[in-house]
Amino acid sequence: MLRFLLRRLALALVTLVLMSVLVFALTAVIPTDVARNVLGNLASPAEVATLRHHLGLDQPVYLQYWAWVKKLAHGDLGTSLASQEPVGNLLFPAMKNSLKLAAMAFVIVVPLSILGGTLAALRRGRLLDRFITVTGLSLTAMPEFVTSIVLIVTFGIWKHWLPISATTPDDYSFRTLLTYLLLPSLALVAVLFGYIARITRAGVIEALEADYTRTARLKGVRGRTVLVRHVLRNALLPTIAVVATQTGYLIGGLVVIEVMFNYDGIGKHIKEAAYNNDITLLQGGVLIVGVVYLTATLIADLLYSLLNPRIRQGGAS
Amino acid sequence: MTDAPALDIRDLDVAYSVRGKDRQVLRGVTLQVARGEAYGLVGESGCGKSTAAMAVMRYLPANGRVRGGSIEVAGANVMELGRRDLRRWRASDVGMVYQNPGTALNPSIRVGRQVAEVFTVQGVGSGEARERALEALKLVQIADPASVLQRYPHQLSGGMQQRVIIAMALAKDPALLILDEPTTGLDATVEAEVLDLVAGLQSSLHTSVLFISHNLGVISKMCARVGVLYAGRLVEEGPVEEVLHDPRHPYTVGLLRCVPRGGVRKDHGRLDTIPGFLPNLGDDLPGCVFADRCALAQDRCHTEPPTAHAIGEQHVSLCHFHETAQTLPRLEAADLELTPVDRSAPPLLAFDELGKVFRQHGNDIHALVGVSASVWPGETLGLVGESGSGKTTLARTLLGILEPTSGAMLLEGKKLGGRMTRRSREEVRALQIVFQNPDSALNRRHTVRRILRRSLRKLARLSGKAADARMTELMTSVRLSERYVSARPSQLSGGLKQRLAIARSFAGEPRLVVCDEPTSALDVSVQAAILNLLVELQAKEGVSYIFISHDLGVVRYVSDRIAVLYLGRLMELGPAEVVFDGPHHPYTEALLSAVPTIDGGGRDRIRLEGDIPSAAKPPTGCVFHTRCPRRLGDVCDTTEPPLVEIADGHLMRCHIPLDQLRTLQASPR
Repeated sequence: MLRFLLRRLALALVTLVLMSVLVFALTAVIPTDVARNVLGNLASPAEVATLRHHLGLDQPVYLQYWAWVKKLAHGDLGTSLASQEPVGNLLFPAMKNSLKLAAMAFVIVVPLSILGGTLAALRRGRLLDRFITVTGLSLTAMPEFVTSIVLIVTFGIWKHWLPISATTPDDYSFRTLLTYLLLPSLALVAVLFGYIARITRAGVIEALEADYTRTARLKGVRGRTVLVRHVLRNALLPTIAVVATQTGYLIGGLVVIEVMFNYDGIGKHIKEAAYNNDITLLQGGVLIVGVVYLTATLIADLLYSLLNPRIRQGGAS
Repeated sequence: MTDAPALDIRDLDVAYSVRGKDRQVLRGVTLQVARGEAYGLVGESGCGKSTAAMAVMRYLPANGRVRGGSIEVAGANVMELGRRDLRRWRASDVGMVYQNPGTALNPSIRVGRQVAEVFTVQGVGSGEARERALEALKLVQIADPASVLQRYPHQLSGGMQQRVIIAMALAKDPALLILDEPTTGLDATVEAEVLDLVAGLQSSLHTSVLFISHNLGVISKMCARVGVLYAGRLVEEGPVEEVLHDPRHPYTVGLLRCVPRGGVRKDHGRLDTIPGFLPNLGDDLPGCVFADRCALAQDRCHTEPPTAHAIGEQHVSLCHFHETAQTLPRLEAADLELTPVDRSAPPLLAFDELGKVFRQHGNDIHALVGVSASVWPGETLGLVGESGSGKTTLARTLLGILEPTSGAMLLEGKKLGGRMTRRSREEVRALQIVFQNPDSALNRRHTVRRILRRSLRKLARLSGKAADARMTELMTSVRLSERYVSARPSQLSGGLKQRLAIARSFAGEPRLVVCDEPTSALDVSVQAAILNLLVELQAKEGVSYIFISHDLGVVRYVSDRIAVLYLGRLMELGPAEVVFDGPHHPYTEALLSAVPTIDGGGRDRIRLEGDIPSAAKPPTGCVFHTRCPRRLGDVCDTTEPPLVEIADGHLMRCHIPLDQLRTLQASPR
């Protein structure tokens, strides 16, 4: 188990390094002159050159990368080119907001879709199964901005049940927070439900048909116990892997929804950074999303191995 | 009620609904299992054996339905049990043992909890359930039961997994124990152990057993009475001895003839087969169910269902002509001209001191250790040994799929590259393989034509008209009808798929074909046809085979010489009849005695203690000494005996002098 853990951690570290290279390279090859961009068209070439030197842009790319990494190691993500504020100051509060939204969506979507997928599997081929499968699929197929607009129009503008913006007033209680975050979370849930439910359904069907489930039934084990103890434990393994990758989406894929609901999250910042050619902010944002994604995958791997003795024990004996 | 039979099935009629239509699977099956009796239900795949078992357990698939008849277990009507009663009944009155112990245990729950569950469903507290789980495992004589409880199923060997399942089934002291192919897929030595265990427990606990198997030898060993099931109808029933030695239904007669036994060999003649195919599920069969495939059938067989004819006191046959059933004409009468192998000629393939070491978790696994042998043109070399003995590694090394760590291979005197990529096209086409499972060996998305033409292009460099002509020739020679040319593997039966796989391997006119368990996934009647085909191709093309099988009767039938492997070492090598008739190496002796035969009796079984040792830490001295029933003494533990020629062409690796072995093995035990 320890060996498995260490190997996974080492792998995550390598991924992290590769990711930082990619992120840096991506922004380094964007065909814009950062200094020119910051100073505008009226600046003289000399001024531009000075700024380039100041930013270290006249140095070879690998040295730029090295300088960037060194600062990263000290927790310094650089200074935003557009607002001249430290990137960390901008992104960390935004990250907190995004995590709140993601957590809310996560808490709704995971139990809901596992329940939906399990019910569909138990009623395979019947009306309930078709309903769940078709609903899930249609919701997944619909782009986020369409679901968002439908939600805003129905619950915000027409019925006035929920606020249409996700940005809470300054002094908010936990309850207010939930009301403000409910609509955008639902938009996220709509995207993810179909996918997770589908994987769950497939996993449960496979486990229901497995020989060990037959063994349990013919032992005279009660139906509910068979489902919980024998079926779900094996069936949910693939679901966990999927949920983990989707958590990455929950953080990184929020751009559209955060913009739709005018929410001050990391997705919105990334979008604005891209608009303004704010390279440092963009690098920081993408890197943070990447780290969250990696962490989620790592946690899922550990969870998966905890539930699956074959991995934990390191293969067949 | 106590004298009611353990199982009483009357006129059981089960149908599966397929695309809205009912297809009959069981046609009025009636059978009784008396208290304490072991009843065998035998038949080929698709005859309804497992359906009968599942109907008894009330666990038919969702589209299955009992349309008529009754099932009583120990006097209780199973069909009328309500939901809750059914659960209680399953928890206390019936036990079941399944074909695949590996998948029948939950992979993510410790063995202890799974066994204890048998007791908790009966309302026993969890502490007591744990204690009784330990007792249950002790009953099935599993090594170190306390530690087994703590383990997960994948950490147990197949034999141990099956012991756990048997422990769970017997723990509730059931009124009826159903065993559905409990040893299919286990090694012969493990199978023998499991069968011994079940037989021992059955007689000490007086358990009533319904034993389902396709293997007549196993049934003969385990059961007192047997029922032969064909197309959902019990066509013959009676005491095992009588049915197997005096069969009175043409199907039973044919089935018994398909099995290579009593030391028959390919040069004694061809195996008999049963022509045609099992009727389709739910076909309307107004007369005798076997009429379409029966050489004795007359008009009335097709129209009038035969009634039960009593032959002995308990022996019953459902055949109009039960008196003449044994005159069933032989189908494959024509004997083959097999050219005798000329061993003075240079060998086709020779390998010398082959070694293969795998590295696994930092350990060196010696899968092959100094294996040397030769195969002459037109000869079959049989490879036998338990799983883990190195049979498949040897075959794969010869084919160039694995690279040997040491040693050399010579094809017609020319050194052969270790890897396939270092072999010339001629060398690659000279050595081909037929796999055990044609399902996974054939690309299921390709048609028969595409599969064969691809091999013809790759191996024989044929394309266009020439390839078409050769493809037709190949299909004819393996008796694969030309109408299948556009079919995909999934549309072919198991036997036809294996014919296709054989045709594929013969595309490049190979000199030697490795047959890795080519018939173990097939029914006996299909197996006979495939063995006939292989022998036929050998007679015609002069091809050599390396034949791997755990079925010693089959190996004996096809092989000219036999090589016995244990832990990657050659223990014995010699002409087939010499190896089989003895004196044999103690390991060979144990292997032979492990096989349950139809003819039964005679020799007592030699028990091999425990599992095959790990190849990472092979025993010192003779690697077999830890399990050898004839261990001499310290010399076996310290010195590895050399492989010496004890008689003409008969090599053995054993410290015991030949004469002594002969006396030991001749004396009755």
